[in-house]
Amino acid sequence: MSLLEVEDLRAGYGPVEVLDGISFSVEPGQVVAVLGPNGAGKTTTLRALSGMIKGRGRVAFDGEDIAGRPSEWIARRGVAHVPEGRGTFAPLTVDENLRLGAYVRKNAKDVKADLAGAYERFPALAERKTQPAGSLSGGEQQMLAVARALMLRPRLLLLDEPSLGLAPRVTGEVFEVLRTISAEEGTTLLVVEQNANLVLRFADHAHVLETGRLVLSGNAEKMRADPSVQRSYLGR
Amino acid sequence: MSAVIQNVIDGIAVGSIYAALALALVLIFRSTGIVNFAQGEMAMVSTFLAWGLATSGVPLALALLITLAVSFVAGMVIERVLMRPVEGGETLTLVIVTLGLFIFLNSLAGWIWGFGTRAMPSAFPDSAVQVAGVRVSLESVGITAVVLGTVGLLFLLFQRTKIGLAMRAVAVNPESSRLVGVSVGRMLMLGWGLAAVLGALAGVLVAPQLFLDVNLMGGVLIYSFAAAALGGFDSPLGAVVGGWIIGVTENLAGTYVDFIGSDLKILVPLTIILAVLLVRPSGLFGSAEVARA
Repeated sequence: MSLLEVEDLRAGYGPVEVLDGISFSVEPGQVVAVLGPNGAGKTTTLRALSGMIKGRGRVAFDGEDIAGRPSEWIARRGVAHVPEGRGTFAPLTVDENLRLGAYVRKNAKDVKADLAGAYERFPALAERKTQPAGSLSGGEQQMLAVARALMLRPRLLLLDEPSLGLAPRVTGEVFEVLRTISAEEGTTLLVVEQNANLVLRFADHAHVLETGRLVLSGNAEKMRADPSVQRSYLGR
Repeated sequence: MSAVIQNVIDGIAVGSIYAALALALVLIFRSTGIVNFAQGEMAMVSTFLAWGLATSGVPLALALLITLAVSFVAGMVIERVLMRPVEGGETLTLVIVTLGLFIFLNSLAGWIWGFGTRAMPSAFPDSAVQVAGVRVSLESVGITAVVLGTVGLLFLLFQRTKIGLAMRAVAVNPESSRLVGVSVGRMLMLGWGLAAVLGALAGVLVAPQLFLDVNLMGGVLIYSFAAAALGGFDSPLGAVVGGWIIGVTENLAGTYVDFIGSDLKILVPLTIILAVLLVRPSGLFGSAEVARA
């Protein structure tokens, strides 16, 4: 059974409909990328999946319908979302941000162990434990956002443009971390990216979104080799 | 000299009361951006409840505990029923709703308990101790201790507990709070409940020093506004320090500045509010600008 099944998802802001009925599914353990130009509806897709905006259609997460449910309910089911702009709690410390990430988890001992694990994986965060999140650099904040999302022990991790505003070297580090998480923990990832070149090398499967519709779906590697995709999205 | 010290100590005691109500204002403002004009009237109704229980034979300590518990629940109900539908709305809408609540509670109290004045019993003995040649009233010491203890408990709640962390998260970034699974509505309810408890505390502490009537908290609210503005409207620490500064200044000015006396004391908070808005709109410890109206 697919971990996430999206059928005819429609969503928007007020009277403006951004998503014009998209359907796709994500298998457990997969890394799936959603590509597309600005304004195609990439961010809207993630926001509708995590309940930040109300989506219509069918969204089944592990067989349970989550469409139209509030964010906190969806988070409790094991969906973590690293939103656009990272969504860190700027005045709170790095440590507090991470502990908030585990808010829905009951077992304090496990959380403590995961916290130690997070600092091991992100040594830069360990050094800044007691500093306010807002004082971190862009790359560190992205790391913090990812680390916080992982504290939920998500079954599905939604990532909105993790490369946005980061230097290429830092972007590389972020994707390296994501690759490790996917490989070691088997966490299922749904990544929205403008940087198609980068994400297609990383994902198993990819979808191309244009003005609210999926225009192309397929194996990421094949897509990277597809001349039409290269022309439109890879700038070659 | 000992008279000055006595004045300062009494100023700190009354300032602690302002601090408690200012803290209530700050708690709600920080998490919702609402300046709750009805905070004083909520406190007044709580105080009447305590008075009603105490005069009908309930031991005072128990009456106060019941009052605090009822206030907590009532604060949460007010958030859920009255504020939730307008939260995030226009500032003017929010102001009108809290003003409406102000008038409603004021009239409700008059309807239930009448508009006459009552005497509220004090929880502290009416005596004084001599410390190094300075007479210190036990009531002043008691009030300051109770407020300090409460502030300490609040600090522990916010800094050391998971729920306190979630409340701070909601104040900072409600959207991200939802994404990590925090129910924002529940945290806001809790905030209003705590604010109502702080207000009730201020009410039952101040009432024995004044007369208990439906306008009990009108004056106190102005002093508390001054305390919150001076400390910074989004800073709990600022509210406490601001309360003390206002209380001490008011007491000293009333005693030592001839033309102020006890009649023009109200000039003190108004002057401070004006000065803060002109010189340092964010207050001593605040980060948000208090907008100039």
